[in-house]
Amino acid sequence: MITLSHYIVLGAILFCIAVAGLFINRKNVIVLLMAIELMLLAVNTNFVAFSRFFGDVGGQVFVFFILTVAAAESAIGLAILVLLFRNRSTINVAEIDSMKG
Amino acid sequence: MPSINDILILLPEIYLVVAACVLLLLDAYLKPGQKGAVHWLSILVLLVGAYLVVSGQPASSVSAFGGMFIRDGVSEVLKVFSLLITAMIFVYARPYLKERAIPFGEFYTLTLFATVGIMFLVSAGSLVTVYLGLELLTLSSYALVALNRDSSLSSEAAIKYFVLGALASGMLLYGMSMVYGATHSLDLHTIHAAIVGTEWKTLLLFGLVFMITGIGFKLGAAPFHMWIPDVYQGSPTAVTVFIGSAQKLAAFGMAYRLLSTGMGDAAGGATGLAPQWQLMLAVLAVLSLAIGNLVALVQTNLKRLLAYSTISHMGYLLVGFVNGGPDGYSASMFYAVSYALTSAAAFGMIIVLSRSGFECEEIDDLKGLNQRSPWFAFLMLLVMFSLAGVPPLFGFYGKLLVLKAAVEAGMLWLALVGAVAAIIGLYYYLRVVKVMYFDAPAEGTDVRATADAPARWVLSINALALLVLGFTWSPLLAWCQKAFAG
Repeated sequence: MITLSHYIVLGAILFCIAVAGLFINRKNVIVLLMAIELMLLAVNTNFVAFSRFFGDVGGQVFVFFILTVAAAESAIGLAILVLLFRNRSTINVAEIDSMKG
Repeated sequence: MPSINDILILLPEIYLVVAACVLLLLDAYLKPGQKGAVHWLSILVLLVGAYLVVSGQPASSVSAFGGMFIRDGVSEVLKVFSLLITAMIFVYARPYLKERAIPFGEFYTLTLFATVGIMFLVSAGSLVTVYLGLELLTLSSYALVALNRDSSLSSEAAIKYFVLGALASGMLLYGMSMVYGATHSLDLHTIHAAIVGTEWKTLLLFGLVFMITGIGFKLGAAPFHMWIPDVYQGSPTAVTVFIGSAQKLAAFGMAYRLLSTGMGDAAGGATGLAPQWQLMLAVLAVLSLAIGNLVALVQTNLKRLLAYSTISHMGYLLVGFVNGGPDGYSASMFYAVSYALTSAAAFGMIIVLSRSGFECEEIDDLKGLNQRSPWFAFLMLLVMFSLAGVPPLFGFYGKLLVLKAAVEAGMLWLALVGAVAAIIGLYYYLRVVKVMYFDAPAEGTDVRATADAPARWVLSINALALLVLGFTWSPLLAWCQKAFAG
């Protein structure tokens, strides 16, 4: 029997993978975008699980909003990435360091 | 069912969205020579928006769409000031955009949409509206930071802002999902009632930590401040003004809605999770004051210096906020308004002194400004003294009020940290003044105010207002106090 806590643990694992992906990754900005998407999906898992187990539809409505915003967010993220590549000819995270201090 | 009443409560926001869409279309159809019209129209749109906010203000707090949207005194003050400050920013931005051939229409429409985001955020009555308002604001800001397409610094700042901003939104959302799990509701008032009535707080505390991380990121409080210096330095200055001033009002509004309305209040005996979030915010405040002021000491770039000064100012804002009662919130809101006005003047000064091919961004560029342009050196002196909190300028009373609020809350140690930080801060603000008044101008440089007349006039009014409001601050404080009295 799959209970609520299974879903919450799954959400937590997905979230941890996403945060680890953001902090450990030093190579590629596209991997950062993937990690951000994964993070939002972890949140969605939580919301849908809570919503389903409480019988409250509000959480699932919130998920629709999060999905829509996530799509807009990745569109802007990819656009900035294209800009960065045009100006720098690189999307290596370790090389994006011209401002310091 | 939504009624006509709901629509009327939302009138200023609906008006602003429609106006921004019309301006977007207008900009697409105007000939290149007529693009200036968009500038004046968008200022008009903002001023009319501010009028609609004040004139339609209900006598007491009302909510629309089943509690999703709250219109009360707090939202009124924050909306009026963010609209007026954004209008001021448009005046500063015009010469900057014109000389550097940065797309004109995009700047105005994106800033207008970001302002709508601010308005929804400060009026949010449910977790959904908080998230949507916040994302409307930040998604527009990402695009604004990247507006200078050919600048390598600008796109670097944009990608850093984007990644850290998305991380912060993710953290905030994860916290929201935990709070939803613990309280079964997305409505902030229902959440408040559920928290007060429950004994089991583990899941709630877990959610609170994530939500405070998200709020800390958006405020730019240490240790979540990493994006601030790079974004301030890398963005076009016309965008830095917006991020550094109007957005701080939004961040205050978001913290107030989520923590005070949602998680529990400290007025008249702490309820809900108030003791916990007060302690967490106190830690953030101390770290921000320390890191902001100490790192600012060694900066040579003026925009970066102001960025670290922002971090320390957010520390002061939180010093007032940890009081957790109406006195603390009103002091904190007064501080947010005074900081927004002062930082608009500070970045406005950078724009007015810069021109195409010469960015007045290094502190050394200001050398001997007093000999070249005594009036603007005097205005910069006012701005720096106000940031430092020298009486009788506006910034002094803000600092006084937040420190007083901390003492009243029984946190004398926090007020002492704030006072010591103010003394450290004095050093780097005075260094800018010293460079302007006592250093000889460097050979071959020519720093002058070259921006067009409206920008120079508005900047003069903005900076002189800091002096005038230093004497006549009581009506503003009374307005802030009235907002939290209801």
